[in-house]
Amino acid sequence: MKGLKFILAGIVFGITMAKSEAISWYRIQEMFRFQSFHMYGIIGTAVVLGTISVYLIKRFNIKDFQGNAIVIPDKDKSWTKYILGGLIFGLGWALTGACPGPMFVNIGYGFVTMIIVVIGALGGTYLYGLVKNRLPH
Amino acid sequence: MIDLLKQPWPWYTSGIAIAGIMVMLLYFGKSFGFSSNLRTICSIAGAGKRVSFFDFDWCTQKWNLLFLIGSIIGGVLSSTLLSNGAPLKLSAATIQDLSGLGIHFDGQLNPEQLFSIHALSLKNIVLMLTGGLLVGFGSRYAGGCTSGHAISGLSNLQLPSLVAVIGFFLGGLIMTHLLLPLIF
Repeated sequence: MKGLKFILAGIVFGITMAKSEAISWYRIQEMFRFQSFHMYGIIGTAVVLGTISVYLIKRFNIKDFQGNAIVIPDKDKSWTKYILGGLIFGLGWALTGACPGPMFVNIGYGFVTMIIVVIGALGGTYLYGLVKNRLPH
Repeated sequence: MIDLLKQPWPWYTSGIAIAGIMVMLLYFGKSFGFSSNLRTICSIAGAGKRVSFFDFDWCTQKWNLLFLIGSIIGGVLSSTLLSNGAPLKLSAATIQDLSGLGIHFDGQLNPEQLFSIHALSLKNIVLMLTGGLLVGFGSRYAGGCTSGHAISGLSNLQLPSLVAVIGFFLGGLIMTHLLLPLIF
């Protein structure tokens, strides 16, 4: 089954996010209060290793599994949407202690009330689609 | 070995795994971004009939939904097979700050007081719905969440992603230091 690898990758993601406590509301509070290196260590390691990997992929023109060049599209050049969208996201991140991935990992972990957060997030996504054309980007 | 795995894992395990997953997805022609799933779910639920933003061929996103299902399974495995019930080691300063807000540190991943099904008050429901709404709206407005911008975007040295991440932090700081004291 072609999709199995994505399920497995999701399982690895879920386990490491949970076991390293990155899905913890408390850890997110600790991060926004600058009282521990923990979350900075997680994001920092991921970004440093990710940057090196992307550099190597480009430098050595590494191909994907089908033999095509790996092309990572650039993000649109604009500022308003990133800063405003980012701010709104951050408000919710600190309140719920969960970004989209951890919401779902938490449900699996046994925090079933996170379903309410997911319902909110789906509502927010829908609302964005609804008012998208009236927002500054 | 299994005892070792049952302990909390050090932060770098997660950093390494996240970078590894990003590279693996690139190799399979995909890009790591979790919040796209929220748009896909809206689309599957039929939102595309009313709002054009959701009118796209979501079949191309099936792999990401499988990843989402995997992440839920990962959560289940962590709390069952891979847990030794050891309490989280939160910094003393955070415990004290939270206690000042009336939030008691209970050693779980998330405070029972806010997220337990037994503590399901109207206030908690409103907070969870509002928080989720902000996360969902903000991640689509910014075009990505922590995985899409902080990990995929920064790794590709994208300035827009840096701006988004600065936004994530500003928002988080405003909520933590200015709004939480008003809410609790």
